[in-house]
Amino acid sequence: MIRKSGLVAAGLGAVFCVATVAAPAAAETPKRGGILTYMIPADAPPSFDGHRETTFATVHAAAPFYSVLIRVHPNNPSSTTDFVCDLCTEMPTPTDDGKTYTFKIRQGVKFHDGTPLTAYDVAASWRKIISPPEGVSSARQSYYAIVDKLETPDQATVVFRLKFATGAFLPALADPFTWIYEKAILDKDPHWYEKNIMGSGPFKLAGYEIGQSIKGVRNPDYYHPGQPYLDGFTGIFAPKQAVRVDAIRADRAAGEFRGLPPSARDQLQQELGDKVVMQSSDWNCGNVITPNHKKKPFDDVRVRRALTLAIDQWHGAPALAKIANVKTVGGIVFPGSPLAATKEELQTLAGYWPDIEKSRAEARRLLKEAGLEGLAFELLNRNIDQPYKFVATWLIDEWSKVGLRVTQRVVPTGPWYESMRSGNFDVVVEASCNSVVNPLLDVQKYLPHTVFTENYGNYEDQQLIDLYQKMLRETDGAKQRALMRDFEKRVLDTEAHEMVMTYWNRIIPLRSYVKGWKIGPSHYLNQDLANVWLDK
Amino acid sequence: MHRYIVNRVLLLIPTLVGAAAVVFVLMRLIPGDICVLRLGSGGMSVNPRAIALCHAELGLDRPLIVQFLDFVWGFFRLDFGISMWSGKPVAEEIAARLPISLEIAVLATVIAILIAIPLGTISALKQNSWIDHVVRTVAIAGIATPSFWLGIVSLLAVLSISHAVFGAPWMPPIDYVPFWQDPLHNLSVAILPALTVGYRYSAVTMRMTRSAMLEVLREDYIRTARAKGLVERLIVNRHALKNALLPVVTLIGIEFAFLIGGLVVTEQVFNINGVGRLLVLAIQNQDYTLTQALVMLTVTIFVLANLVVDLLYAWLDPRIRFA
Repeated sequence: MIRKSGLVAAGLGAVFCVATVAAPAAAETPKRGGILTYMIPADAPPSFDGHRETTFATVHAAAPFYSVLIRVHPNNPSSTTDFVCDLCTEMPTPTDDGKTYTFKIRQGVKFHDGTPLTAYDVAASWRKIISPPEGVSSARQSYYAIVDKLETPDQATVVFRLKFATGAFLPALADPFTWIYEKAILDKDPHWYEKNIMGSGPFKLAGYEIGQSIKGVRNPDYYHPGQPYLDGFTGIFAPKQAVRVDAIRADRAAGEFRGLPPSARDQLQQELGDKVVMQSSDWNCGNVITPNHKKKPFDDVRVRRALTLAIDQWHGAPALAKIANVKTVGGIVFPGSPLAATKEELQTLAGYWPDIEKSRAEARRLLKEAGLEGLAFELLNRNIDQPYKFVATWLIDEWSKVGLRVTQRVVPTGPWYESMRSGNFDVVVEASCNSVVNPLLDVQKYLPHTVFTENYGNYEDQQLIDLYQKMLRETDGAKQRALMRDFEKRVLDTEAHEMVMTYWNRIIPLRSYVKGWKIGPSHYLNQDLANVWLDK
Repeated sequence: MHRYIVNRVLLLIPTLVGAAAVVFVLMRLIPGDICVLRLGSGGMSVNPRAIALCHAELGLDRPLIVQFLDFVWGFFRLDFGISMWSGKPVAEEIAARLPISLEIAVLATVIAILIAIPLGTISALKQNSWIDHVVRTVAIAGIATPSFWLGIVSLLAVLSISHAVFGAPWMPPIDYVPFWQDPLHNLSVAILPALTVGYRYSAVTMRMTRSAMLEVLREDYIRTARAKGLVERLIVNRHALKNALLPVVTLIGIEFAFLIGGLVVTEQVFNINGVGRLLVLAIQNQDYTLTQALVMLTVTIFVLANLVVDLLYAWLDPRIRFA
């Protein structure tokens, strides 16, 4: 399987995320003490093993208990290049033509049970992520297929040797799920961390009521001086948005860290005024519309192109943004990233033409040519309001404007995945959600299923794979960007394999006394709460 | 009476085994696979080898009849196994959620009884008066109003009123604390959902009390009691109400049993981490062991509540036990 690689060196060179804070944040001296209560918009996580899970529920509940090797800068999480050490002492300069990364591990770090943390623990955790033992699941194993060897020459050094040099390695290494576990525990039972929590992070576990709440208390032995500022935290699980909003209104909770829709933002701002601060950012998540190429008539590129040509994203996005947590029109690369298409570049692609009447006329022509005027089909969707149902409802209306008759089939998450895996759908509303922005990894979503197993379009496209391979191996930033445009054109226009909908908008409400936390482009990032403090 | 009790208890066994068979079969009819759900969360690809290992770990690779017998045998030993989703003992998962559901059910029942029986009786005694009309209106409104809607509105009302009066919105705590740790906090969490559910519950019970009382008040023995000059309070309390309560007791028993696992929507509205919410989660996650245990818990409570009702019947009306 191909996974990540190539360089992103030039591409990852900028702070791209549009992050805004509703109130000015002056540089203030953090205060010690207090308990932060926040809402976790989920039921209990399936397990506490970050290596295994992909859900934010695991991160929002358990990240404060763990350390990682490197991370996105907690005070600058919207940057794609600002990676800093957590457990290492210094960000390494790659050697061996960019293929070897040597990390020195902090000394004196202790797990919460008092055991000293060494490079052996770091290596054991990373080995579990990169090559888990049989029967152990690692959600991001394929991210690290580029790692050839992992060595621990001594108890203070970890060496990653790569198969080839790639700028994608460090962002992948900063993945927020890559928690460091105790080697001795992993050796005894690699499943132990699924049901138990024991790390070396800023907080120690104080209690967990299944599906109700999780509590942490300050780790006095934490290795970042002065941190954490809080005495502790309580995360309350609440899947229903109304409950979370009410809790913030009544100050039963100081906020949440996933994201609320604009209506909830407006309601809270109206009622609480300056007692609540909103931070917002483009979100490295978006809905992707995938036609099932194995089902007629979606094997016909004319039909797929007609679907995308019927959609007016430029006018739809501002309207949708008023009611749903979506905002920015983009292509296959996160908007604002140096590898992303500019507006002018996007407007040359099907589905992004500035003249919607011309675009829809072309859609009608293609449908007529295919003998499929008035085509009826079913749009499979996930039973989640924001923004899935909003986006799908808008899409159905857009498609009706070229005579397509679409019905929506909304199913719970399990059957939704099941239908995609089994190919039991006509067209599906998917989502592509990533953490650290890493375009070469992120766009693998559009590679055929034989290459990227989480692609459900059921298409084969050797030309696309070849293009991707070439892009991976291109070291010149400008050329890589040009290849990305070719790749994007093939995915969205020439073959219209997929349609990328408006990127999500992350809106985080926090009571104004919560300080120190900064928004990033992903709800997985920056959740260890070490730099959060309460101005009370 | 003893023989009656023994007969009723023995009848529980085939009832429970039948229910177990229905639950077991229905769960297997739901399309999907818990291992695919568990290992493929977030849309990640699922390795067939990992799926096979997961099936073996959960015992899903065994013949269905073996799984069923294992489930039934475990049930009668009160060993519900391990949750297929969380890996924690099912008993632990349920024990964490049962107290709050039980507390709301008990509180709602107390509220319902305190409202329904006096008002239902007065309504019957004052038939067709303005009091009767008011009580019936309140009862019909209670039946017609969905509990979840009432829950949402009552929460919003508390928030708005507190905002208007105190200048800041207030709502009850949303984290459950056991009664013995902090009674005030505990009751603050439980009282609004209990009132919400209790209102509907009282409305149904009130209607039943009223109609049962009306029927009894027309009986010959009531007329006889009045004819021999017994005071009205004695007639109502000793002769009419006691007999009228027979169907009311049945209703209360069944409603109480329903509340243990049936507060699904109310628990969502108030973020109550109870048995109802757990059942929804278990079904969504295709957690066979947890769903089976929860349904069997509800069935058992229903059956036991019915048993208690039957025994109360027999105690209240000797004709039943001698029939």
